[in-house]
Amino acid sequence: MAGWRTHRGTAIGLPVANIDTDQLIPARFMSVPRIEGYGPYLLHDMRRDATGSLRRDFPLNTHPKASVLVTGRNFGSGSSREAAVYALVDAGIRVVIAPSFGDIFAANAVNNGLLPAKVDEKSHAALEAALANGPQDITVDVVDRRLALDEVKVGFVLDDSWAEKLINGWDDIDLTRKHSAAITAFKISRSQTAAWAWPRPED
Amino acid sequence: MASPQTMLDKLWSAHEVLRRDDGVSLLWVDRHLVHEGSHHAFAKIKERGLPVAETALTFAVVDHYAPTRDRSRIADPQITRMIDTLRGNAAAHGLRIYDLEDPHQGIVHVVGPEEGLTLPGLLINCGDSHTSTHGAFGALAFGIGATEVAHVLATQTVWQRKPKSMRITVDGVLGAGVTAKDVALGWIAKLGTDGAQGHAVEYAGSAIRGLSMEGRMTLCNLSIEGGARFGMVAPDDKTFAYLDGRHFSPKGADWKAACADWAALASDEGAVFDREVTLDAEEISPTVTWGTSPEQALPITAAIPDPAGVPPEKAEAARMAIEYMGLKAGDMLEGTPVDQVFIGSCTNGRIEDLRAAAAVLRGRTARVPGLISPGSAQVKAQAEAEGLDRIFTEAGLEWVASGCSMCVGMNGDLVGEGKRCASSTNRNFKGRQGRGARTHLMSPAMVAAAAVTGTLTDVRPLLEGRAT
Repeated sequence: MAGWRTHRGTAIGLPVANIDTDQLIPARFMSVPRIEGYGPYLLHDMRRDATGSLRRDFPLNTHPKASVLVTGRNFGSGSSREAAVYALVDAGIRVVIAPSFGDIFAANAVNNGLLPAKVDEKSHAALEAALANGPQDITVDVVDRRLALDEVKVGFVLDDSWAEKLINGWDDIDLTRKHSAAITAFKISRSQTAAWAWPRPED
Repeated sequence: MASPQTMLDKLWSAHEVLRRDDGVSLLWVDRHLVHEGSHHAFAKIKERGLPVAETALTFAVVDHYAPTRDRSRIADPQITRMIDTLRGNAAAHGLRIYDLEDPHQGIVHVVGPEEGLTLPGLLINCGDSHTSTHGAFGALAFGIGATEVAHVLATQTVWQRKPKSMRITVDGVLGAGVTAKDVALGWIAKLGTDGAQGHAVEYAGSAIRGLSMEGRMTLCNLSIEGGARFGMVAPDDKTFAYLDGRHFSPKGADWKAACADWAALASDEGAVFDREVTLDAEEISPTVTWGTSPEQALPITAAIPDPAGVPPEKAEAARMAIEYMGLKAGDMLEGTPVDQVFIGSCTNGRIEDLRAAAAVLRGRTARVPGLISPGSAQVKAQAEAEGLDRIFTEAGLEWVASGCSMCVGMNGDLVGEGKRCASSTNRNFKGRQGRGARTHLMSPAMVAAAAVTGTLTDVRPLLEGRAT
């Protein structure tokens, strides 16, 4: 995964709170292998009418090149399905800006190079207002935790370890394997102090 | 003297391999449960040519796509492919798999405790947000995404920043017909679906101690619907009695040592939590959701809210939810006609849940069709031994095999567009049970009451004079 520091792109507003992962990608699309791409399933049932045609009044449909979403609180709540992040990433979204995120979603996002940028309510209102009449250019800086959209220049909150991961494009498995000696030592110690923690089926 | 510790503190330090300078911990994972949805993670380790690090600590369960009827002839090739992929991955890595015909198959969060794989003091991960269920035993259990599943498969560890601690204390005695489900919907309605974000919730108080293990599992299961990745209850004699003699439970000297260790897990007297919430058990009523978020829940005796009367930041969501649900503000919740019912899921698919539903349905006829899917094959066998299946089928409901079924619809058990379902599940999100489906969450007894009257109904009068 490639790391990144700054993103310049197009932001659109999706002023809805509590967009859960079932809405981000309905369960019926989750058996698709990743290699086929999850972009078409992003917000599938919100974007399409009952016949499956794209709704012309939905922001993502009118601005398919958007790479930044400004949306309501508690974005990505619900299930742990990483497919919700795949759908965003495969549709070209790099940053989601909201007042709060589901805990598991936010972790999944960072693991896939997608920035969950948490902003306070006042900044959020200013960003939504600036997007009320359509998309705007935006610059997002992970290092400084700042973003600029038209006249709105605000900071966002991101865990330090997550910022580092995004910037470096780090893969946790590689990092962890460097600690394999510590893990082995821990396992031996635990097997001695808590032998019951190992499953021992009855005969 | 060391400062008093919370159960979270004790569980965390018992699993911490190391802590980085930035405060993120590398934690040892005692149990890793995988299911069909873990295919992305298996693909990731395959790409890198990595084996599963600890095959003896990794267990595979067929549940999300498990057909609940005609298992020998699965019509949908997508479902066959998902199940076959898990079988292939389990075989390739030598993992114990609870397959469709296994007498111990079931929903992963039902099977774990039933098999004694879930124990106090363990760290348990699964690629499913309802993994918090296992916290009912005093375990550190949390749901993870596919990248993290791959990481656990490859290393048997997980990186995690310690969450803040929150204690929800419920004192008093729950009224007749009031269950753990109502406690959960009650606190989520009060605090919001993001009310416990960033926190691990410990449930405490006399009402929680009074709950059975099944009830505690229901409560911990729903923690994520209030935003908390972790839910937990201190282990006690009920916990030990539940686990004693289970297939994978410790035996002999190990069992004695384990019980001694587990008894010390409870939060110390005087331990300080980052956040404290208290609820009065007597004030909790049978509760149903009216909207498209678990926080949109009210006592069955209430009216559907007027969006103009709810806090301004929630008004638009209320308006949209009422429109999607096809309801009218001001109408009483009780009496709202339903099209069908569903009892099952990792939230409320255990034997106690089926007994509670049967207590209402015994000798009565359902006015609407419905599906009852036990949480596991063991629950199914137990229910049949008790004759509960006959009560359900004689009422006109369909008794089927175990799986996630109509909670998430992946196996094809779906609610039709615009149809209203009284459901014992965990999420009333738009489209969760099928595109355009309208879900009302409630306890199994309340679902049974809805089946009997064909409308949302207060279960309490239906329980009068009946043994429950």
